[in-house]
Amino acid sequence: MQFESLDPRVNRLRLVRTNEAFDVGHEMDQWQTWEVFHQQARGDQHRHVGIVHAPTAEMALLFAKEQYARRMKCVNLWVVRTADVYASEYEDADMFEPAFDKSYRESFGYTQTRARIDEYRKAQGLTTPAAAETEKQAEPVAAKTTVKKAGIVIGKKK
Amino acid sequence: MYGSLSIIEVDNWGRKVHEEDPQKLAEFEARIERGEKIEPQDWMPFEYRRQLIRMIEQHAHSEIIGALPEGTWITRAPGFKRKLALMAKVQDEVGHAQLLYSAAETLGKPREQMINDLINGKSKYSNVFNYPAVTWADTAVIAWLIDAGAIINQVANAKGSYGPYGRALDRICAEESFHLRYGYDTCVHLATGTPKQRQMLQEALNRWWTPIMHFHGPPDKTSVHTETLMKWQVKMASNDAMRQQFLDMYVPKIWELGLTIPDPNLRKNTETGLWEYTEPDWDEFMRVINGDGPCNAERLAVRRYAEEKGRWVRQALIRPTERYVTPLA
Repeated sequence: MQFESLDPRVNRLRLVRTNEAFDVGHEMDQWQTWEVFHQQARGDQHRHVGIVHAPTAEMALLFAKEQYARRMKCVNLWVVRTADVYASEYEDADMFEPAFDKSYRESFGYTQTRARIDEYRKAQGLTTPAAAETEKQAEPVAAKTTVKKAGIVIGKKK
Repeated sequence: MYGSLSIIEVDNWGRKVHEEDPQKLAEFEARIERGEKIEPQDWMPFEYRRQLIRMIEQHAHSEIIGALPEGTWITRAPGFKRKLALMAKVQDEVGHAQLLYSAAETLGKPREQMINDLINGKSKYSNVFNYPAVTWADTAVIAWLIDAGAIINQVANAKGSYGPYGRALDRICAEESFHLRYGYDTCVHLATGTPKQRQMLQEALNRWWTPIMHFHGPPDKTSVHTETLMKWQVKMASNDAMRQQFLDMYVPKIWELGLTIPDPNLRKNTETGLWEYTEPDWDEFMRVINGDGPCNAERLAVRRYAEEKGRWVRQALIRPTERYVTPLA
C-alpha cells in the first residue's frame, strides 16, 4: 500500500509500506572520517572544528565546505584522516606540567637585574644618569604578557 | 595513541553506576564539579556514555526527520524569498544532524548503527515530527515555536559536561537564531494579513499546541534518572523548567498577535510566577512516540528510501584500504 503524503515529492517516490528489517550492511557504509580544520582569516591559526565522513580527501574537503564554511567566514580548510592523527592521552596530561622550577627559562625568572645595578651604582657612588626610564620603554610588550601568564601557571601549580 | 576508541565492549552493557570503580567515579564527578569538560578519550561511567549516546543520537534523528514536515512545503512556498529561506533552513537542519551524529560517534557508536536503529524504530526522535504540516502556516508555526522550544533546550545543553556535544550545540544555536527570526517573521506576516491568512495561522496553532506542550517531555514527577543526569551535567534543565521558560517567553508574543491558545486554563499565576496549564494528553504522547502517530511510518519510509537508493553510490566510492576509527573530538 502506498503512502498518501502531503508532500508531492514523497508521493512521486511511490513509497510502499514494508515491515522488512532495515540493515545498512557492513561497516564503512558511511565511509571513514576526516578531521576538519578551519581558518577564519589569513594570519589566523587553523582551528579544529569537527569531522566529516567521506571516501576521499577531495570529497572530504567538499563536505567540509558545506558543513563548516556555510555561514562562518573562511579562507582555508584542511582535512586530515582521523586514522592519521597520533594524539596524546588525557590521562597523561601531567606530563605537560613542569617537573621542577624552570623559571630560568622564562622571562619572569630575571627580575632582579635592575636591583643589582642600583645596588652597584649606590656602592660605587656613580652619578651618571640612570637608564631606568629608557629601559622601561624599550621592554617588549609581548614579553610582559608572557611573564604574567607563565607566572600564573607556575605560581598556582597544585 | 591512534584516534580509535574501540567500540564499546559488549560485556560493559548494562553496567550500573554502583558497579563502577569508586575512585575513578569520584575523580570523574570532581572534574564535572570543577566545570571541566569530559572528552571522548576520558574514563566515564558506562551510564554516562549510554545516556549521552541515547540523547545525542535522538537529537540527531530529530534534526534529520524534522527536515521532512517543513520540506513538505518547499515546492509550494508563497514566493521566491520564502522558498529560498525555507530551503536554507531545511539544509541547516540536515547539517545539524551531521554535527550531532558526529558527536555521538565520538562515544563509540558508529553512524551505520544509528541509522539502522532509526529506520528499524529502535531509536526515537522528537515526537512533534510525527505530525503533518497540513498547510503553509504549519511550517510557519514549526519554524517559530518548535524552533523556539528547541533553542531553550539546546542553549541549556550547550553548557553540559560532554565536550563534543557542547561544541556541536554552540554551532547549531548560532544557526537556530536565523530559524527563529524567519519563523517569527512568517507567522507575523500571516497574522497581519488577510482574514483568511489569520484563520490559517490560528488553525495551525490549534493543531500544534499539543505537540508544542509535549515538546520538552513528560512532567518531572514522571521522569526517571533526572537527578544523576543533572549531577553529571548531561541534562541541564528539567522538562518542566524548560516548558515554563518557553511559556514565559512566547505566550505573550502569541497573544500580542491577537491569536488564541487552545487551553482555557493557561495563565500565569502572579503569586508563584509560574504558568498554569492543562496537562497535554500524555497518553497520546506515549502512543505517538511508540510508533502510532499520523506520520511515523511515512517519515521512516522516506529515510529508508534515501539510505537504500544512495547505497550503491556510497559503496562504489569505498576504498577497500580505508578503515573506520572513532573520530577524535
